[in-house]
Amino acid sequence: MLELKNVSFQVVDENNANKEIIKNVSLKIDDKKFIAITGPNGGGKSTLAKLIVGIYEPTEGQLLFDGVDITHMSLTERAIVGVSFAFQSPVRFKGIKVKDLMTLAAGKETTVAQACEFLSEVGLCARDYIDRDVDGSLSGGELKRIEIAQLIARDTKLSVLDEPEAGIDLWSFSNLIKVFEKMRAERDRNILIISHQERILDIADEIVVIKDGEIVAYDKKDEILPELLKGTAGCKFYQD
Amino acid sequence: MDQIQKDILQQVADIHEVPEGAYNIRANGKTESRNTTANIDIVSKEDKPGIDIIIKPGTKNESLHIPVIISESGLKDLVYNDFYIGEGSDVTIVAGCGIHNCGDQTSQHDGIHSFHVGKNARVKYIEKHYGENDPNAPGKNIMNPTTIVEIEEGGYMEMETTQIKGIDDTLRDTKAVLKGEGAKLVVRDKLMTHGNQHADAVFSVLMDGLGSSCDLISRAVAKDDSTQTFKADIVGNAKCASHTECDAIIMDNAKISASPQIVANDLDAALIHEAAIGKIAGEQLIKLMTLGLTEEEGEEEIIGGFLE
Repeated sequence: MLELKNVSFQVVDENNANKEIIKNVSLKIDDKKFIAITGPNGGGKSTLAKLIVGIYEPTEGQLLFDGVDITHMSLTERAIVGVSFAFQSPVRFKGIKVKDLMTLAAGKETTVAQACEFLSEVGLCARDYIDRDVDGSLSGGELKRIEIAQLIARDTKLSVLDEPEAGIDLWSFSNLIKVFEKMRAERDRNILIISHQERILDIADEIVVIKDGEIVAYDKKDEILPELLKGTAGCKFYQD
Repeated sequence: MDQIQKDILQQVADIHEVPEGAYNIRANGKTESRNTTANIDIVSKEDKPGIDIIIKPGTKNESLHIPVIISESGLKDLVYNDFYIGEGSDVTIVAGCGIHNCGDQTSQHDGIHSFHVGKNARVKYIEKHYGENDPNAPGKNIMNPTTIVEIEEGGYMEMETTQIKGIDDTLRDTKAVLKGEGAKLVVRDKLMTHGNQHADAVFSVLMDGLGSSCDLISRAVAKDDSTQTFKADIVGNAKCASHTECDAIIMDNAKISASPQIVANDLDAALIHEAAIGKIAGEQLIKLMTLGLTEEEGEEEIIGGFLE
């Protein structure tokens, strides 16, 4: 179980003033749940994800993972206790190959056959990719799928995905939905996805809506999605 | 050869004892052993230290190893090696120099290699430079390789040059003339400096032949207080094409300067240069840490891949 207790995150803006990006957020995410986090742009979704995986450290509050205080754990330590993250914009490297990342993700020497299996799950013809550099020669959609294949390879208790649909074409998107459904059905895992996509929200168990750094709604999908689908103008979560 | 020399041989030429095919092993300024084949002849020079290597026209799929080992502290070795690669041949040449310094004196190897690549000949040249010191042996290790290349019509030369560790000071000077029509030069240079080391790399390429081409990629990493300079001067004197890429990572207090120059003396010369120097991108480290690597392990992975 992941629990956030009164988590706040402040930064100093360009005018040297303190700006609160996340305001006193408390959230409990039970095991085996598929949670979608949504809300208007600039509302703090990505920041919340980065606080959970350890890219940022909260200025106040506490994070508990299976009862263990992970608030001050480094990124590496959180990765080791079972937190994975798929970046919104996957990072590119000169000289690091797809196979290298898959091996690092799996945490052990990965055979070509195993790496291929992970890549096939996200719809990539693995043999064409395994020896390619993770650099600008791959398209945005290919990089996103490789990013998600790494989550499958890591197979950790909690997977956090930041807008997995961004930059993905329609055909790939349909396949990605299948990947998430499969991850959810087969794996006894927690998945936390930041998304604006109705189809992703639709397969979530619960939806969290964040606006201006605060949780404005957190409930079962069936309670929240109909409200969201009434359209931005009529949606109470998006109104001032 | 003693164990230290064998270890160095392994480092610079990936071989344990004597290699297959033609070879000339030079240890502490003298020829240690030599083997010639029906197609590859090796002759000692009479007027100066060094050897002439004569590869017969049409020689295919043969290799030549010419490693140099220095294990005496304070030795200054200068050698001139001339390679005559016969028309239509296709060979691999593995050179390399390793210094093991067990004392407080400066050990130095200056190798001047001249390649005459014949018509339609192909040569792959692999050169690795490596240095190591005994614990508490402060002697400096210096290497100044000069590589002079002339390529005739349809000839092709691929150079894979590497200096990863243990060389305190180096001037790596490469001068090439692509004389003939369609001559091609490919260079993959990898360089890493650490501690207080300094390295200068100079590439000068003249493309005189119609349709000649050059593809030069240099990857460099400078750590600690080390310094590096990179100069490339690519001149197109005919219809030709070149691509130069100089990519460098700086860490700690290291400094790198890169001065690329491309000169087109013909309307149909198409010359490209790309240069980039910077520290390891923070997001790359963050990404690898989310996979469970520590910051140090992440840096090693990034540098290892970059210099792969």
